[in-house]
Amino acid sequence: MQVPILKQGQYLIASVQAALRDADLINLRDSLTEKVGTHRSRGVIVDVTALDVLDSFACRTLSDIATMIRLRGAQTVIVGIQPEVAFSMVQLGLKLEGVATALDLEEGLEYMSRRTKRMDHGQHGK
Amino acid sequence: MASTENEVRVSIKSDEDILSARQEGRELGVRLGFGPSELAMIATAISELARNLLLYAKNGSIICWTIEREPKKGIVIQATDEGPGIPNVEAVLKDGYSTSGGLGLGLPGVRRMMDEFAIVSHKGRGTTVTTIKWKS
Repeated sequence: MQVPILKQGQYLIASVQAALRDADLINLRDSLTEKVGTHRSRGVIVDVTALDVLDSFACRTLSDIATMIRLRGAQTVIVGIQPEVAFSMVQLGLKLEGVATALDLEEGLEYMSRRTKRMDHGQHGK
Repeated sequence: MASTENEVRVSIKSDEDILSARQEGRELGVRLGFGPSELAMIATAISELARNLLLYAKNGSIICWTIEREPKKGIVIQATDEGPGIPNVEAVLKDGYSTSGGLGLGLPGVRRMMDEFAIVSHKGRGTTVTTIKWKS
């Protein structure tokens, strides 16, 4: 199941529709890293609202996505982690540390516009 | 492998099978009336156990069945393989231990999510991890 990636202005939005195989997650990582260059995007939003599980492999891949996108010069925010998914992640010891998160797509877009505006003023965040 | 109303059997040979096991186990949990948080834990535990099978034993099976110990009802999740076995079971149950370059959270994390947890491993003959989640 391939994840559709939409271009919206300066951002890419990857909206996960159903459970993903490990190979699909790797594809998502690679195509986002590629597309952020082809579209000269400032940020990437990964919407995981539809997921009922974020296991260690998924978390590691999301964390890799955020790092790779940052190395490409853009920002990443993960949106829509459901309450029960967050609970399982904590139980499992998965913290997604260093990865920006937001409640939903709306908040994610808001976060992106704040982050990229700040970069336009020359104040680089971490 | 066939699944029945009270039992789910999925043989794990690829990452696709991890998804099937997770989904079938979750559906069994739904039939037992587990709530959303418990279902997420059941699905996550299956995912981690199935991934361990692929990583360390190349293949194996996930079997889930319903269990009743009056007045409690629950689900048993068992991951079994005929792989190399785990030489040091104590070590893999410690947080941060990993031999595959993974996160090393698999088994300790699964133990924290589930109510009961047992592991039996024989060198050269395989490993069986059995866990239970009781309905609260």
